[in-house]
Amino acid sequence: MTVATDLNPYQGRPSGDTAFARITNNVARIAEVPTPPKAWYIAFGIALILLAVFFGSIGWVFWTGIGAWGTQIPVAWAMPIVNFVFWVGIGHAGTLISAILYLFRQHWRTSINRFAEAMTIFAVMCAAIFPGIHIGRPWLPYWMFPIPNQMEVWPQFRSPLEWDVFAVGTYATVSILFWYMGMIPDLATFRDRSTSKIRRIAYGLFAMGWRGSSRQWHRYERAYLLLAALATPLVLSVHSVVSFDMATSQIPGWHTTIFPPYFVAGAVFGGFGMVVTLAVPARQFFGLKHIITLDHIEVMNKIILATGMLVGYSYAMEFFIAWYSASPWEIFTFYNRAFGPVWWIAWTTYICNVVFPQIFWWKKLRRNVWATFVVGVFVNVGMWFERFMIIPSSLTRDFLPSSWGYFLPNKIDYLTLGGSFGLFFTLFLLFCRYLPMVAMAEVKGIQPSAHAHPEEH
Amino acid sequence: MSDKQTDAKKSTGEAAKTEPDAPKDGAGTSKGGAGGTPLHGLIAEYETPGALLSASKKVRDAGFKNWDTYTPFPVHGIDGAMGIKPTVLPWIVLGAGLTGLATGILLQWWTNTYDYPYLTSGKPMWSLPAHVPVMFELMVLFSAITALVAMLALNGLPEYSHPLDLKKYFARATDDRFFLVIQASDPRFAEDETWKLLEGTHPTAVDRLEEDRVTPANMPRPLVFGLVLVVLGALVPFALIARARVSTSEKPRIHIIPDMDFQEKFKSQRMNPVFEDKRAMRPELEGTVAVGALEDDDHLYRGKLGDEWAREFPAQIPISDSTMKRGQQEFGVFCAPCHGQVGHGDGMVNERAVELAQGTWVPASDVTQEYLRKQPVGELFNTITHGIRNMPPYGPQISPEDRWAIVLYVRALQRSRGATIQDVPEADRGSLK
Repeated sequence: MTVATDLNPYQGRPSGDTAFARITNNVARIAEVPTPPKAWYIAFGIALILLAVFFGSIGWVFWTGIGAWGTQIPVAWAMPIVNFVFWVGIGHAGTLISAILYLFRQHWRTSINRFAEAMTIFAVMCAAIFPGIHIGRPWLPYWMFPIPNQMEVWPQFRSPLEWDVFAVGTYATVSILFWYMGMIPDLATFRDRSTSKIRRIAYGLFAMGWRGSSRQWHRYERAYLLLAALATPLVLSVHSVVSFDMATSQIPGWHTTIFPPYFVAGAVFGGFGMVVTLAVPARQFFGLKHIITLDHIEVMNKIILATGMLVGYSYAMEFFIAWYSASPWEIFTFYNRAFGPVWWIAWTTYICNVVFPQIFWWKKLRRNVWATFVVGVFVNVGMWFERFMIIPSSLTRDFLPSSWGYFLPNKIDYLTLGGSFGLFFTLFLLFCRYLPMVAMAEVKGIQPSAHAHPEEH
Repeated sequence: MSDKQTDAKKSTGEAAKTEPDAPKDGAGTSKGGAGGTPLHGLIAEYETPGALLSASKKVRDAGFKNWDTYTPFPVHGIDGAMGIKPTVLPWIVLGAGLTGLATGILLQWWTNTYDYPYLTSGKPMWSLPAHVPVMFELMVLFSAITALVAMLALNGLPEYSHPLDLKKYFARATDDRFFLVIQASDPRFAEDETWKLLEGTHPTAVDRLEEDRVTPANMPRPLVFGLVLVVLGALVPFALIARARVSTSEKPRIHIIPDMDFQEKFKSQRMNPVFEDKRAMRPELEGTVAVGALEDDDHLYRGKLGDEWAREFPAQIPISDSTMKRGQQEFGVFCAPCHGQVGHGDGMVNERAVELAQGTWVPASDVTQEYLRKQPVGELFNTITHGIRNMPPYGPQISPEDRWAIVLYVRALQRSRGATIQDVPEADRGSLK
């Protein structure tokens, strides 16, 4: 992502005579340059190709049936569910940054929260597709919703799968509301700076006539605080409910009380992995180094280290409990996980998620963008493998050896997974191009000059 | 448009400052009306949040009510400086949260316990813990939507036009400048005095703010018309659904997704034009015998020896304790409901039918009665196989070996009826005394 300065209109010191104006210019110029640099088009082109692969592979699955994937009994919850849990987990870092750190008054979050919230929404969109297509009948998902229908039955509300519908649905809605509300003042800035009628109308429509009135700011801040307070327990509930899908069943390797906290920690861990993977190139490319500084990278790396160790503790605890339970099925499942035919899945998980983040004990590496990026990628790989380890490989060998099986994804599975990154990056690149990537109003609010005391003349 | 913007930026403060006496159209207001346009208020511009804070305190202390400040970010301490009272928003959100909670409880209780009760592994029809997640999610969902909508509503948003929009320099309110506006509608507003008050707060500029007489008051007619059409059009599918739900039709259902409901195959009892007899089900070819269905042993399968009913059991059926036990078991399963446990014709079905006395019931026979005792075993076998009077045939349900075992057991029942002590083995006679 190192593009020469003269080719990249995003580089260079932003103009402006006040700190506030410099922030506005720094962020707004990203969306205002008439044509973005070639690198953006190349990235967008690749993302679009992957997006076509995504819809192509899904179309193929709909046409031929879910047998086109490698899904096969006993592994009915195969790649689509792995991908669902992977993507919905990614989203959690965004909400953590925007809501939980807001409640804890962690001001450094303002530089990255918009960005992370956008990531949340796009990740949840990717996630939401998978349970819908995994059932293989895309015209029936309305069965999940409590709407009157010709069958005169209602969904079963005692089922964790139904809880999932409500948890993920609420999560997606609240994330979008939170993201949109945070963006209103910045959209107003874009509107006021717009130089063409189309931009003025488009941004103006969504800015809803925001003019920065203090009486409005008062209610706005209160609403933002309320949304943060609501999103905080929500985000903890979402991955807990996702883990209930597994934990309330009786499959050894799934039937575990540690799942909710273990999944939430893993989600935050994986989400931060994705945030740094995106933030490191983006701050470089879009010239946001003065807003997303090395200090921000360092704090995020500390969170990765902490949550990585939480996840590592969960892995160890799972093995301990398997032994301590004295249940032959549990013991076998975990033996099989580490030393069975797909031992390499478990060890990839453990090495990527537990071993690699340990380099962040050294400050020098925490502040090194290359180390951050590489570990971020490994964390994403590790977290995907973790879900693969938990979901299909527990199903391959359960109580009855006569119904044992083996599962590895096939080509279409990989195309669907790869394609989902196309959806994610297409949306993300469009977001970078057209929307305020950084919460300008919030960053301005934490500048030293914003805290001047009343001047007495 | 771009030049306008840069104009506004450069000229903002200076222009207004230098022409305080000619405020009608100052500061790059190109759109502002002539002198006849009523005044909306006075606007002052500040460079720092600190300056705005001290100005706000002065305006507040002067007793103004209809005034506001405009800032690019929420300025710390402005609420106090302006005397803004805490908003009722949290209470509205609390109400919404409780509504969401109640909705969650009612929705789940009504659908799963009342309207379509789900019996799950003998659990109670309504149990709180399993329903908590959905209650919680609905509570959050209702609260979050309300927080945004109520914030916008209380703030009077969306508000797509405002007199301030006519001032180009005001665009900096969302960038790096701070503004204070006192409205002419305030009872304490007097143009000259208020102007002086604002000048005394050390602004970079003070300006007159005219009412907006430029922006049309109504939305363009074609847009309104289009929106109305869209809204009405969106109601059509719902109207059709509502109509379909209260009317009947002789046409088959619309099948958008065929699933596997229609398959290209011939079902039994249907027509098939391929064959001469037009029957989809094909009769067996003459002389065909299925594997294991030859049944060429008249004695074993039909209870006959030549034209006579067999008086002996076939050689394949051993007369043994185990056959007897098997016969007892099968008799208990198939025969006892009508004929009774010991074959006296007093099974529960028979008793109930007699009790109902509907006049159509042929009572089950007592299998131990005299004429049945004398029947050859082959004939008893035949009765079980093909049924008699209102007794249905059991041949299709019970294997021939088991039918013979039942016959053996019936013979035992017949013998036990009216048996004497001589029929009991000598060793066991003692236990009967």
